[in-house]
Amino acid sequence: MAMNMQGRPTGPGSAGKSDTDTFTGNRGLDHEEPLLFEAGGLDKTGVDVPDPKTVKTRLGGLERKSEIGLPGLTEPETMRHYVRLSQRNYAIDAGVYPLGSCTMKHNARLNEKMARLPGFGDIHPLQPQKTVQGAIALMEALSGYLLELTGMKAVTLSPKAGAHGELAGMLCIKAAHEAKGSKRNIVLVPDSAHGTNPATAAFMGYSVKPIPAREDGTVAAEAVKAALGPEVAAIMLTNPNTCGLFEPEVVEIARVVHEAGAYFYCDGANFNAIVGKVRPGELGIDAMHINLHKTFSTPHGGGGPGSGPVVLSEALAPFAPLPYSVRQGDTFRLVEHVDEARDGRKPFGRLTAFHGQMGMFVRALTYMLSHGSDGMRQASEDAVLNANYVRAGLRDLMSQPFGDKPCMHEVLFDDAWLKDTGVTTLDFAKAMIDEGYHPMTMYFPLVVHGAMLIEPTESESKQSLDQFIATLRFLAKEAKHGNDKSRFKEAPRLAPRRRLDETKAAREPRLRWRPPVVTKEAAE
Amino acid sequence: MAVEKFSKDHEWIRVDGDVATIGITHHAQEQLGDVVFVEVPEVGRKVAAGEAAAVVESVKAASDVYAPVSGEVIEANGDLAATPALVNEDAEGKAWFFKVRLANPGELDALMDRTAYDQLVKENS
Amino acid sequence: MRYLPLTDTDRQDMLAKVGVGSINELFADVPAAKLLGELPNLPRAKGELEVERELGRLAARNTPAGSVPFFVGAGAYRHHVPASVDHLIQRSEFLTSYTPYQPEISQGTLQYLFEFQTQVALLTGMDVANASMYDGSTATAEAVLMAHRVTRRKKAVLSGGLHPHYRAVIDTLSSYGGARVDALDADPKGAEDIVARIDGETSCVVVQYPSVFGSIRDLTPIAEAAHAKGALLIAVVTEVVALGLLKPPGEMGADIVTAEGQSIGNGLNFGGPYVGLFATRDKLVRQMPGRLAGETVDAEGKRGFVLTLSTREQHIRREKATSNICTNSGLCALAFTIHMTLLGEKGLRRLARLNHGKAVALAEQLGTVDGVDVITPAFFNEFTLRVRGDAAKVIDKLADKGVLGGVPVSRLIPGKAQLSDLILVAATEINTDDDRMAYAKALKEVL
Repeated sequence: MAMNMQGRPTGPGSAGKSDTDTFTGNRGLDHEEPLLFEAGGLDKTGVDVPDPKTVKTRLGGLERKSEIGLPGLTEPETMRHYVRLSQRNYAIDAGVYPLGSCTMKHNARLNEKMARLPGFGDIHPLQPQKTVQGAIALMEALSGYLLELTGMKAVTLSPKAGAHGELAGMLCIKAAHEAKGSKRNIVLVPDSAHGTNPATAAFMGYSVKPIPAREDGTVAAEAVKAALGPEVAAIMLTNPNTCGLFEPEVVEIARVVHEAGAYFYCDGANFNAIVGKVRPGELGIDAMHINLHKTFSTPHGGGGPGSGPVVLSEALAPFAPLPYSVRQGDTFRLVEHVDEARDGRKPFGRLTAFHGQMGMFVRALTYMLSHGSDGMRQASEDAVLNANYVRAGLRDLMSQPFGDKPCMHEVLFDDAWLKDTGVTTLDFAKAMIDEGYHPMTMYFPLVVHGAMLIEPTESESKQSLDQFIATLRFLAKEAKHGNDKSRFKEAPRLAPRRRLDETKAAREPRLRWRPPVVTKEAAE
Repeated sequence: MAVEKFSKDHEWIRVDGDVATIGITHHAQEQLGDVVFVEVPEVGRKVAAGEAAAVVESVKAASDVYAPVSGEVIEANGDLAATPALVNEDAEGKAWFFKVRLANPGELDALMDRTAYDQLVKENS
Repeated sequence: MRYLPLTDTDRQDMLAKVGVGSINELFADVPAAKLLGELPNLPRAKGELEVERELGRLAARNTPAGSVPFFVGAGAYRHHVPASVDHLIQRSEFLTSYTPYQPEISQGTLQYLFEFQTQVALLTGMDVANASMYDGSTATAEAVLMAHRVTRRKKAVLSGGLHPHYRAVIDTLSSYGGARVDALDADPKGAEDIVARIDGETSCVVVQYPSVFGSIRDLTPIAEAAHAKGALLIAVVTEVVALGLLKPPGEMGADIVTAEGQSIGNGLNFGGPYVGLFATRDKLVRQMPGRLAGETVDAEGKRGFVLTLSTREQHIRREKATSNICTNSGLCALAFTIHMTLLGEKGLRRLARLNHGKAVALAEQLGTVDGVDVITPAFFNEFTLRVRGDAAKVIDKLADKGVLGGVPVSRLIPGKAQLSDLILVAATEINTDDDRMAYAKALKEVL
């Protein structure tokens, strides 16, 4: 069996002492809220839709006869239902969200306002192009910014998220090889990479060959050279890497990769560390996806939507997918079909319907215009400074897997310092919840045992960081020397829910509401 | 007389005549955490030594279970689908995964005995 | 700079604590020659006022759908979204929260996803649905890949009524691993014989309902034919309001239903962000891609929700993941859930009947214009017009007259003479009688 190095408990653990019971089960501002299906009714509605006059139908006999079973709520009930749900969520607006590699920076409300301008929000992707010149111009403007910041030659805006962008970049690489007539079927991926990297490669039919990291977490050009060969199509590298470090040999790696006839895909999840400081294009990469929802602050929205444009080198530019924009004098046009492609462009096809996440383009461009070149550089510098400040504040108490040295925008600790305390990374993280913090990324990257990856971002003030550091110092000391470990083992105690039984959820999947079965006994 | 051997990938194998019963070790289930899903091979399938033959999933990890020896699958443990927790409760007993008819008994020589396996586990932790 | 809290004094103090003299010492691993000296060649920081002006100028160069008689559909539809929806999705705790990986402090997100999954299952008539995908097109392509895994076959048969963009995405995702696509010719009349194309190598049949041309047909015979050959039926719905009036694919034998959920809760947004719906049968749940919210209990026995069955996903399976998808369309799914809650059974059914009524009235009106034929006998809120002459030119001229009359089929399928006179026309509850009259009048004038 392939050994799992990161097994951890997924049961609910023990509850320990409980809180004061209330009649409602509510606790002050935190309300217990039933499911919509338990609260609503089939005859309730919060929308006054005019009752259509008798309608002649042309439905071909396919009218729905059965009930759908969808309960509704009136407007005040709907507001209350979702407001109560919202109050059970942590948010960037509420506190530090130190998730490594997620870049939980501030989501400016100006971005929301601009995205909702009718000229952006109320236009259809297929209305005549001459009626949406401003939209295509915006896409061109965003492209221009991304190209200037990355130093690359072309960009495709259509991928809908980071992983989708990886697919786009890798499809460009595949197309480039096919155009040369070369059949290569191996992709190199370091074992510290995020799972989407090998998944994308395997998804496309490549064999994934892992490259080991050095003692300090970075990849040696020698190791890459040893792994290269005539079968290797590409390397997929994250830079800065998933351990929060800039790959010092990246230029040499790019060189040997190209020498071997392969391409360099860069995972741009950590771009926030180097915007305005380094142009990835000058390092020799061929493709890099950019997470607009990370580096360029488009909101995470509880899990999405994202947006993952991909910047491309000269070698890969011709293969960028449809659609792409071209300029003809004062007019902009979206090229939507392979047969319309000119000037040596050979798009590999489409990755999505329509044109990409326009709503996110507007937000990202608003961010870029607001920050400007100086603001974007300052943001990267502050992001790196903040992470190192956290490192400096914790290094004497918490162990770092590769020794204490400067990191980029995120700092990585392992769980060596928790040895023999009985407290795990998981317990420590849950205790942070009681202190009012969202935990850092835990157990990633997989190559570090009990990893804790902290990315404060540039949006945190020094005061906020001082309190965060002080809290972690307190918890670290308690973990190591405290007598009562229940603070960790029973955490969280103050959140809307205690630890949840993930084992049960997976063993007995209940993925939708179903009406309760009325048993004979219950009915009597 | 049953012969008990172990693979370096934490599978155990008990051989009686030319039939081998295969499962994952107690140490393996400990590392996995609560098992939530098991996929066993179909009866009749031919497996090669070292080939992925089954899958065991916990909440946070999915692992391939390799066949330590080559042969034809003659029986698969139907209990594991309904009660994956059995793997945690009795990994080296009731939670066997599948049985094969050995194609090449010589392959057993490459596997470890319990003492060697226990040593491997000790070295790894 | 209004978004950066550190002051220069803070920075000095912090650099000292860290033990370096300047910020560039923290960039020491970057090759010196690659560390930029000059700023990127882009404008400097701007205040809100200036940014608003600049973007406002770009926005003003576009014609919003709400400003003219508007009849454009073909996969994205303009509906009225109640004011509460946009207000609620902008609450901090929904807008600025992350994926619910720490469930104890994400019950808001997890509970609405559970509600969303239930709503989607009910609408489509299926057993189980995931927590959404990027959009309808990628959801459909993922459904095809799932069918390949389940049947262990590699050939997808695509209806000629499938949205050409959706077909193109499936083509892209079928360009490796030996997967094949058998796509029928464009089917404006809804008359194709797709059953004849299903054979023992078919993994799935993909049929859009209503089709991109607006036509509706009973999927039951197609499902039966597919199942007889061991294949799956994937039903695709690009206008989800249709499910408020039409028989759902789940009652006609569909194995997977994918849909574009944009019509509910989400604006046009020039094509994104949208929200893909994905629903299937219980027995196929472990092959379903995407995130899933599941019910469980906490340490005190209270009901709660968590992301579950994650081992299918890439961050665990890595090379063996069922897909490479990481994100769902969170906030768009929330908008869908809230709007669907406000509608409820009663509101949705009324809305659907209203949509159909508007489309029927429009079809009758336009059908009276000389040189125009409505070629779709049965439809929901979208149908195909045949016009005299080049449809793209007609649409262009209509735009000059201030009417956005629909999508010429040649925009989606260029270079086919027999399709060059066809227009896809959609009507929803937002269209008034004046809009309809304006369209008819303008059409008369341009033909």
